[in-house]
Amino acid sequence: MADLTTDFLGIKSPNPFWLASAPPTDKEYNVRRAFEAGWGGVVWKTLGSEGPPVVNVNGPRYGVIYGADRRVLGINNIELITDRDLYTNLEEIKRVKADYPDRAVIVSIMVPCEEEAWKAILPLVEDTGADGIELNFGCPHGMSERGMGAAVGQVPEYIEMVTRWCKQYYSKPVIVKLTPNITDVRKPAAAAKRGGADAVSLINTINSITSVNLDTMSPEPSIDGKGTHGGYCGPAVKPIAMSMVSEIARDPDTHGLPISGIGGVTTWRDAAEFITLGCGNVQVCTAAMTYGFKIVQEMISGLSQWMDEKGHTSIQDFMGAAVPNTTDWQYLNLNYVAKAKIDQDACISCGRCYAACEDTSHQAIAMSDDRTFTVIDEECVACNLCVDVCPVESCISMVALEPGTVDPRTGKTVEKDYANWTTHPNNPGAVAAE
Amino acid sequence: MNSPYTPGIAAQRLDDDALSENFADLHAPLDAHEAAVAADRCYFCHDAPCTTACPTDIDIPLFIRQIATATPEAAAKTIFDMNILGGMCARVCPTEELCEQVCVREVAEGKPVEIGRLQRFATDAVMAKGVMPFTRAEPTGKKVAVVGAGPAGLSCAHRLAMLGHDVTVYDAKAKAGGLNEFGIAAYKSTDDFAAKEVEWLCSIGGIEIKTGMSLGAELKIDDLVGCFPAVFLSVGLGGVNALSIDGDDKDGVDDAVSFIEDLRQASELSSLPVGRNVVVIGGGMTAVDAAVQSKLLGADNVTIAYRRGRDAMSASRYEQDLAASHGVKLLFNVRPVEIHGNGASAEIELEYTQTKGGSLTGTGEKIRLPADQVFRAIGQTLTTDGGLKLDGRKIAVSETGKTSRAGVWAGGDCAAGGDDLTVTAVAEGRDAAMDIHATLMEGA
Repeated sequence: MADLTTDFLGIKSPNPFWLASAPPTDKEYNVRRAFEAGWGGVVWKTLGSEGPPVVNVNGPRYGVIYGADRRVLGINNIELITDRDLYTNLEEIKRVKADYPDRAVIVSIMVPCEEEAWKAILPLVEDTGADGIELNFGCPHGMSERGMGAAVGQVPEYIEMVTRWCKQYYSKPVIVKLTPNITDVRKPAAAAKRGGADAVSLINTINSITSVNLDTMSPEPSIDGKGTHGGYCGPAVKPIAMSMVSEIARDPDTHGLPISGIGGVTTWRDAAEFITLGCGNVQVCTAAMTYGFKIVQEMISGLSQWMDEKGHTSIQDFMGAAVPNTTDWQYLNLNYVAKAKIDQDACISCGRCYAACEDTSHQAIAMSDDRTFTVIDEECVACNLCVDVCPVESCISMVALEPGTVDPRTGKTVEKDYANWTTHPNNPGAVAAE
Repeated sequence: MNSPYTPGIAAQRLDDDALSENFADLHAPLDAHEAAVAADRCYFCHDAPCTTACPTDIDIPLFIRQIATATPEAAAKTIFDMNILGGMCARVCPTEELCEQVCVREVAEGKPVEIGRLQRFATDAVMAKGVMPFTRAEPTGKKVAVVGAGPAGLSCAHRLAMLGHDVTVYDAKAKAGGLNEFGIAAYKSTDDFAAKEVEWLCSIGGIEIKTGMSLGAELKIDDLVGCFPAVFLSVGLGGVNALSIDGDDKDGVDDAVSFIEDLRQASELSSLPVGRNVVVIGGGMTAVDAAVQSKLLGADNVTIAYRRGRDAMSASRYEQDLAASHGVKLLFNVRPVEIHGNGASAEIELEYTQTKGGSLTGTGEKIRLPADQVFRAIGQTLTTDGGLKLDGRKIAVSETGKTSRAGVWAGGDCAAGGDDLTVTAVAEGRDAAMDIHATLMEGA
């Protein structure tokens, strides 16, 4: 069985599955249950400054987007940082870490953008024996209106400044959690790096309104007839998160900066994908909130099995393996030509490929009277839409044309050499190929 | 070539093609797409009712999620952790009365997640590759005897071998497998699955099987106890209850278990004789298996005659419907009173019954059915108790299978308690193995 042990910033955990700073990690009780269920680490729900804690709404905190059969695809929330006393949290963190020395315990922190505030809380956190801290610069609701959370994360200069304070007043690893509610995620990541951050974690939740009640005209979740935007998370946000992770992983300014991947990790496969894009581990919240802590067992067994099948003996073996293959559009090979191919034995004749192609793409699928669907190579641009909408896995596949064969659509011979847009004759700014 | 209408008891009532079609897999295995769709329906319930209903406590939501995430091998490991005969149980478990009965989707929609078929999808994935996902612990040097190579004995032997003990499994028959090999309808265990499963299970090593050794004849319990620090008895129920009516000794009156066994062991189904008019006496799974298979062999009329009402039948409603769908007639509230015929059975006389004051009595109203062949399926009895204390008509055991004699454990159908199901036997064998292990390692 593959070794899932993870060393992230020198913080060891028995597997790369950490619970993200969120409702599941708000209390000792939950965190102990999580560790008993097998989670490799937790990021404790965000602590605020000493004094009266924040208060939460007393109505619904969560909204949801469902797929078919009420499958939870995305949840948004308007919960704030911990609403429990600072010292209660600190005592609990200390106890839990002492009892679970082999698990990672990271403390998420969000205090005002003043040096004194950070200087005050960091020694208290250091005293818990926790393995590191995560700076919550991402929370998009409530706290951002008070100049914290995403309000800091959207200003790279603030990120750099606060990170610097943390490195000054705290001895262990500092992870900066980034907000996706920004135009270019590379900027805050670079700022964190300049400030001395040991790692970044992303993404925090995305500004969202999940639904509107058409009787009361209130966004959901509705508090006495009014709603507000919340932070969106779950499987639906995974593509956005992975893109942002890849941007940081491949940007020269931030390449090599350790990343903790967050955003819709639900199965072992999601985790493996984040790791191939450069993450050293992953953080999970919505899957646990939907299915309970036991869900980690499938993540562990699945990742382990896949690693065994691929011959990977450690997470390091495939960490970042997909980063070199993540590129800009202009570098994609325009001499690569594929055609859709329908496996007639697997086809159940639903016609979804036909509708998609005929109405919204290139009219490249023919339908016979007896509902046989075939690809018209002369029209097919290999857009993949038919593959995407087909309900049967592997029924439609994209088959590359061999170099030397003629593409019936263009009448041109398929070249074997790579050629991209930068040298294409249609590109006004094309440079001659060397 | 005969036909269903050929009088008396005759072979070759159907041609080979019809027979092989009739005895094909009752439920075809799910393909990958079907499995994905079926797995997708599982809600991953907390403290799931299906797991609670499983006698072997398989973590069903976890294995289904592992199928859903394209790791059927991990799913199989989850199953085999608790039930090493998960392959056979996937085929023969009355899931409609266990896991699937309590599935929340059964409650909500009347359509449970297809747990049994998903279990088969996962276990087949591993067994087809011949992979044994467990390895043996360091040898302990301890030897254990298991008497009876049925589900309980095999489950016990595998667990003990895994824990590092050397196990000798004795069986009275010429082949290991017990009821999996001899006592289950052929269409539930096709393609010699039971024998393949035994071979696969033994591939862990440390298990020696000795056939043709039966307790009370070649094996004496005192000798076993003298040679082995621990003995596990899983000898099943060797005797068949008699009908105790006039004509019970006529030709054509047979034990249903023998018929089922002959069918499982036959190399040519066309060589098996079956009556044109068959009556099966009983109300359990054995009765259904014998009746349905008689029909599949080409019997013209097959009737199950049961002395009480439908609800009292131990065969599940699903099994009753399976029989009915094959054209078997279910006759309730009748008991046999006499078998008529000149040397061989020709008719069976049945009397209607009623329950009065808790006891079953005849109403006096009688009917006669044509019956070239009558199968007894009214239960089986323990034939070898090894001098152990009994509880009712079975060997008395503790929760972990300890018998009244030190060093002797028992499980499966021969032991008291639990339903006489394959899956229950597997659980009992496993739990006894853990207790034997703990006992053998005391002070070690």
